[in-house]
Amino acid sequence: MSEITFKSHKVTCHPDETLLDALLREKIDVQFGCKAGSCHTCLMKSSDQPPPAEAQEGLKPTQKQQNYFLACICKPEQDMTVSPANDSEQFITKATVLEKQPLNNDVIQLKLKCHDSISFKPGQFVNLKKPDGLSRSYSVANTPNEDNILEFHIRSLPGGQFSQWAKNELEVGEQIPVSEPKGDCFYIPERQDQGLLLIGTGTGLAPLLGIIKDALAQQHSGPIHLLHGSRNKKGLYHIDEMKTLAEQYPNFHYTACVSGEMPEKDFEQGRVNEIALNKINDLKGWRVYLCGHPEMVNDTKKQAFLKGASMQDIFSDPFLVTQNEEK
Amino acid sequence: MSDSLFEKLGGEGAVNAAVDIFYRKVLSDDTINHFFEGVDMEKQAAKQKNFMTMAFGGPNNYTGEDMRKGHAHLVERGLNDEHFDAVAGHLKSTLEELNVADELIGEVLAIVETTRNDVLGR
Repeated sequence: MSEITFKSHKVTCHPDETLLDALLREKIDVQFGCKAGSCHTCLMKSSDQPPPAEAQEGLKPTQKQQNYFLACICKPEQDMTVSPANDSEQFITKATVLEKQPLNNDVIQLKLKCHDSISFKPGQFVNLKKPDGLSRSYSVANTPNEDNILEFHIRSLPGGQFSQWAKNELEVGEQIPVSEPKGDCFYIPERQDQGLLLIGTGTGLAPLLGIIKDALAQQHSGPIHLLHGSRNKKGLYHIDEMKTLAEQYPNFHYTACVSGEMPEKDFEQGRVNEIALNKINDLKGWRVYLCGHPEMVNDTKKQAFLKGASMQDIFSDPFLVTQNEEK
Repeated sequence: MSDSLFEKLGGEGAVNAAVDIFYRKVLSDDTINHFFEGVDMEKQAAKQKNFMTMAFGGPNNYTGEDMRKGHAHLVERGLNDEHFDAVAGHLKSTLEELNVADELIGEVLAIVETTRNDVLGR
């Protein structure tokens, strides 16, 4: 049992409970997102002593030295005095909404222009913040450009606090705070003749698009296979764009998959990951990118590994949905 | 002498080459892969790497207590000698695949054998 001091609150953290869960249990208002150490929304600073090393996984060395840690993966080993990382550490720039348009019934494309230059690797994600302080992670779908424009594909989920607001209320011209880019699901220009297998469900296409454009721009010569899947055709988008890209680049191959009951012309029937793993039987020497539905991502990570892909060559970005806690 | 076993095997490079192959064999073995259900793959691969480093006589932080505590929940689920043998067997075949000399394989398996009682909570 450890005592946690957070702002004016003192909370007892039970053994095996994370610091975040202890605070939420006591109904303390604290920002969080994925609860898995990825999105860094729950970034906090320990004021008296270094936090447990496991709670700092994924942070930069400079952050670790300053005793920053992630509350969702922190199991305190002793009493701790902590405070949330402040906004200027989390949200490094503001961006103005340039464009907002639907890609299909559920997905909108959002284009933001950052006020400061922002450097990111295509495939990474950033946190965007609403006026009420709520933030969510979204993958960047485009590649770095002089105008500092970021493109996002946002699916509106029922009850989605950010996505519903983005769809219904956010207007062109409004400004949104943007965090530093995070994540390690991106293209590295080495072994350019390596086969790339990219599998995405729904808006998982966003980071994969960035990665593909990056790979092609860097003259990746190996075969690039993109498989995009959804339950039905309505869940897909950018279908024509991908077909055009396949016509332009002979080493790029695109397969659209629908897993639901209704067969559609021009679409392969079945789960996108199963179709992908059947297409390329031996993944030894391949690089695999998996984005979207967490179950698909975790399952396929294992399957790809068992089919010969090296652990270091498997990049995954599960789109974890934040469960709405009662306030 | 165990340091030189590690060097003879090829040090960290050898561990890296072996871990993927070994872990793949373990995950494909239906007699033991259920013990890995729901486990985070990357974290587990890191543990496999630590295990291999230790088995190769390399620098590691494992104590008997760690092995005991780390496997206790699996022992409760029925972890036994057969499972231990299966894992050791996969390590052996991994090294054979990598063309490691028989005496060195023997030394590695001897190190692994010393962990049996801790792993099985005896």
